[in-house]
Amino acid sequence: MTGIINYGAGNIFSVMNTIERLDEKTLIISEPEQLSKVHRIILPGVGAFDEAMQYLKNHEFVDKLKEEMKKGKPILGICLGLQTFFEKSEEGKLDGLKLLRGCVKKFPERKGYVIPHMGWNSVKILVESDFVGGVPNKSFFYFAHSYYPVPEEANFICGTTEYGLEFASIVQKENLIGVQFHPEKSASCGLIFLENFIKMR
Amino acid sequence: MLTKRIIPCLDVRNGKVVKGIHFENLKVAGEPISYAKYYSEQGADELVFLDISATIEKRNTIEELVRNVASNISIPFTVGGGIKTVEDILILLENGADKVSINTQAVKNPDIVYESAKKFGSQCIVVAIDAKKTGYNTWEVYIESGKKATGIDAIKWAKQVEELGAGEILLTSIDTDGTQSGYDISLTKIITETVKIPVIASGGAGSIEHLYRVLVEGNASAVLIASLLHFKILKIAQIKEFLRDRNIPVRL
Repeated sequence: MTGIINYGAGNIFSVMNTIERLDEKTLIISEPEQLSKVHRIILPGVGAFDEAMQYLKNHEFVDKLKEEMKKGKPILGICLGLQTFFEKSEEGKLDGLKLLRGCVKKFPERKGYVIPHMGWNSVKILVESDFVGGVPNKSFFYFAHSYYPVPEEANFICGTTEYGLEFASIVQKENLIGVQFHPEKSASCGLIFLENFIKMR
Repeated sequence: MLTKRIIPCLDVRNGKVVKGIHFENLKVAGEPISYAKYYSEQGADELVFLDISATIEKRNTIEELVRNVASNISIPFTVGGGIKTVEDILILLENGADKVSINTQAVKNPDIVYESAKKFGSQCIVVAIDAKKTGYNTWEVYIESGKKATGIDAIKWAKQVEELGAGEILLTSIDTDGTQSGYDISLTKIITETVKIPVIASGGAGSIEHLYRVLVEGNASAVLIASLLHFKILKIAQIKEFLRDRNIPVRL
C-alpha cells in the first residue's frame, strides 16, 4: 500500500487515481501515525511551500518522516513535494524538511523564458537506477513550477532538465526520491516511473 | 527544451461539449469524456474544459465531470466556468483538476487571484481574459461569457493579474473567436511582451498556418483549439509534425 500525504491544498486525486490504476492500494494520509501503515510514501506536488510546510509542522510529520526515511521506506516527492526535502526555499520563509542538503531557488528572469516553467520538457538521465529503469533518455515530462531544487550534494542528481539553466529534475538518495515534474500527468512515460516506485521496498 | 503546447478546448454546457460562434448560437458537438480520452491518446499536451453554463446549482455535474476526466486521462487539464470563491477552486482541485481558469470573478474580485495563488500555488491559477478590439493596439476586457464590457484595458489587466499571482493567461479574442479567420496576432504579441507568465492564445484558429503564426509572431506558449479538432479538420499529430518541420519544439 502506498500512502499519499494530503496537505489539504489541491489535487491529490490524480496521484491516487494513477497509483490505483497500477493495481496498488492507496491510503490518504492526514496524520503522521498513518505513515507506519504503508509500504511507501508520496509527497504530492500541490500548493505553496510555506502552506505545505506549515501543514507538515502543525501535524507533526517532520520527525516522523525522518524516522520512516531512516527505516528505509521509499519516499517519493513530486514537484513541491521534492522541494520540501531541502533546507530552504526562496518561495517561503519556513524551513524545509532538511532531508537533503541544498535549497530551492526561483528561476531567474531571462528573455525568452516565461515563468512558471509550464509544459512538457525533456529529462536527461544521468544515473541509471531501478527507479528510472525502462524510461527512455530525454523523454518528455510535464512540468509546472517557478522554483527549482539546487542539491548541495551533486552525486544525488540523477536527471536534469534545461530551461535557461540546467536544473535537477530527478534526485535520489537511497530510498528518498524526488522528481520536479509530474509523473502522474506525463502520459505513458510518467506511468513507468510510478510503476517502478511501487515495486520498491 | 520546453515545447509549445497544443490544447484542445472543450466548451461544456449541461454536460455536453458545444462550440459557440461569437459565444452565441451554440452548437452541440458531443460527450466530454470521449473527447478527453481521444485527445489524450492523440497526443494533446493538455486539455481545457470551460463550463459555459456553470452555476452553483449545477456544481455536482461539474464535480462529477472533473472526477470522471481525471480518472480517464494522464495529462493535465484545466477547468473553468462559474468560479466564485477560493472554496470553489479547492473543490475542483480536490476532484482532480490540475488548474482552474477564472474569468468574470477575477474582474469582480481580484483578491480571489491573490488568495488562491498563495494557497494553491501560481501554477494552478489561470486567468482567462476575453478581449475585444477598441482601436489601434487597444483592447477592452469583457466578462460574463463575452457579454459585458468592463471598461478595463486588456493590457493593463494582464499585467495586474500577473502581479496578483496568476500563473498563466488564457487570452481569447472575442473578435476572432469562432470565425476561423486566424488568431488576433497583435493582441497576443502585445500581451506576451507585457507579461512574463505563459500565454495561451485562443479564438479564431481556422488553419494550420494560423497556429504557426500565433506561436511564432505572437510568441504564445500554447494554442487553444476547438472546432478545427472537434470536426476533425486537423489532427494533433499533423499539427505537431507541421510545427516540428518548421523548427518549433513540440512533444511528438
